[in-house]
Amino acid sequence: MNPSVKLYIPRDAAALSVGADRVTRAIEAEAKKRGVSLHIIRNGSRGMLWLEPLVEVETAKGRVAFGPVTPKEVASLFEADFLSGGAHPLNLGLTEEIPFLKNQERLTFALVGVIDPLSLEDYIAHGGFSGLKKAVSMTGAEIVQEVSDSGLRGRGGAGFPTGIKWKTVLGAEADQKYIVCNADEGDSGTFADRMLIEGDPFTLIEGMAIAGLAVGATKGFVYLRSEYPHAYQTLQEAIRIARAAKWLGPSIGGRDHSFDLEVRLGAGAYICGEETSLLESLEGKRAIVRAKPPIPALKGLFGKPTVVNNVMSLATIPWIMANGAKAYADFGMGRSRGTHPIQIAGNIKRGGLIEKAFGVTLREIIEDFGGGTASGRPFRAVQVGGPLGAYFPDHLLDTPVDYEAMAAHKGMLGHGGVVVFDDTIDLARQARFAFEFCAKESCGKCTPCRIGATRGVETMDKVIAGDTSKLALIDDLCHLMTDASLCAMGGLTPVPVISAMTHFPDDFHRAPTRMTPENLAAE
Amino acid sequence: MDWDDAVASSIVNEYRHLAGATLPILHALQENFGYVDKRAVPLVADALNMSKAEIFGAITFYHDFRHEPAGKTVVKLCRAEACQSMGCESLVMHLKNAHGIEMNETTKDRRLTVETVYCLGNCALGPAALINGELVGRVDEDLLDAVCTGQSHERMAG
Repeated sequence: MNPSVKLYIPRDAAALSVGADRVTRAIEAEAKKRGVSLHIIRNGSRGMLWLEPLVEVETAKGRVAFGPVTPKEVASLFEADFLSGGAHPLNLGLTEEIPFLKNQERLTFALVGVIDPLSLEDYIAHGGFSGLKKAVSMTGAEIVQEVSDSGLRGRGGAGFPTGIKWKTVLGAEADQKYIVCNADEGDSGTFADRMLIEGDPFTLIEGMAIAGLAVGATKGFVYLRSEYPHAYQTLQEAIRIARAAKWLGPSIGGRDHSFDLEVRLGAGAYICGEETSLLESLEGKRAIVRAKPPIPALKGLFGKPTVVNNVMSLATIPWIMANGAKAYADFGMGRSRGTHPIQIAGNIKRGGLIEKAFGVTLREIIEDFGGGTASGRPFRAVQVGGPLGAYFPDHLLDTPVDYEAMAAHKGMLGHGGVVVFDDTIDLARQARFAFEFCAKESCGKCTPCRIGATRGVETMDKVIAGDTSKLALIDDLCHLMTDASLCAMGGLTPVPVISAMTHFPDDFHRAPTRMTPENLAAE
Repeated sequence: MDWDDAVASSIVNEYRHLAGATLPILHALQENFGYVDKRAVPLVADALNMSKAEIFGAITFYHDFRHEPAGKTVVKLCRAEACQSMGCESLVMHLKNAHGIEMNETTKDRRLTVETVYCLGNCALGPAALINGELVGRVDEDLLDAVCTGQSHERMAG
């Protein structure tokens, strides 16, 4: 009997959302009918989401990609002998040679889409746990130094140097310390955390175990948003497997250091992405933001010194430990070292995830990788960095992805979400939405955010109705919220508003004939 | 299933040992009953040695927890920026105009609940929705029509 052909079909939620399970069933049924033996691996996504469901066939030359596959095309794929990489309209050639993938620098995402996410064997065969093995032979201070030298900055959005945070926790005296992974990826346009957890969960587990070794923490929590049920299942299973293989538990990596992990689900509150609010939530309370100081590194979860890091930051640690701080810092520009996963989303032809060294420009991301709008209409605006990020017009697209360059244009990189809009977008309505979102998601602790957001919605309604004299009030409100809010929720809500007013002033002066959904439908 | 204090208590007991057990308990209660009844408040408060105000506060703070059972089919439609750029607001209008369905309400026959969510992490394949826990990308009127009229659709069911 011929050995089975190896097929890869993603289990990633985005792939499932366009039929990856249906395609899998169709392929299995067709193979059975033809008496062909298959070995199907449900991998993570390669991040080329417009090609999902992307089916890969392992051939002597490498993995050949077919996509986007629908159940209807399965029979014709078999007819074309796709199992040997045969010619077919959906044949995309070798996966690794597809320009979207080839022109990336994948470090954090090196294994996502490549391996079977829940096969420890596969993970280890691809170099998994080599970072942890190295860390096991080092002191906490040495690990922290390595992370500091890499120049890694928090990938959640704030960009705070990870090494400094770890050093503070390492230096704190306490009977118990914690590692908390912030997987409350609430920004619209972002899905890197989800993709990594679904596609390579052991990397996150390894990163958290290294963090535990570094600062002397024995317990970790992953605070995962409830909107990610697939990631939740995968991570739970991965933790169970890692524990059984003693990569978690009383003596990790064969050393006398215990570290274990628990996943906790959020409950639909955007504010829980803010670290102190997340800690309140983990403690079982309403997620009300805490005033700082004390900082969580000294007084965090249950009052103990706590490292709170984003999924991306923690999942990058194994690569840094395995390959060295210098190798990581060699990527990037200025004070932004290494790579950043960028998520191309919204009205975009080729949406997905690219991991690039800092320095790639927005234009390269949107035009070269993304291929322009999905609708085919002209590009108008891009919102970078989630709901608290700025809207940029075409003339700012040559801005590089870099913490400082984004800040220079009064925006932020945030968690790396890039949401593209075509010319049907009305930026006055987007400004209104920024306030509306803040009003809905504010924790309510501080007045500028709680009341300011609601006043912002009301005032924008007047502007949209034609009373442009109210724009001065919006400006004033934005300054107040920026200066006086307790956390980034209220403090950064003005960013999309002010950027929209600055770069798209016409939209704030063209009431009442607007591009509303109603008008567009009539068009 | 209908609310049952004894069943609720046993669920509470199963999770009360966890550090910061409030959310795991509330999730488990909702998983079992489809919502969190107000009778949960004293049960959870007592088990966790917290005040009833704190538990009531937690239940009402988080968007996930329902105060009454949802419809048989639950659609969570994403209305965040990436899905806005792909026309999710037109879908909201379509639900209202073609089916008389308002967001964040359950139909009178309790067959369908449509809720707003902000981001399902499927932002390159929008508009996105979670339909009975199943993530669906590129949601269009055709798909919503099938859901609203209780018909099957080739892009649903796995």
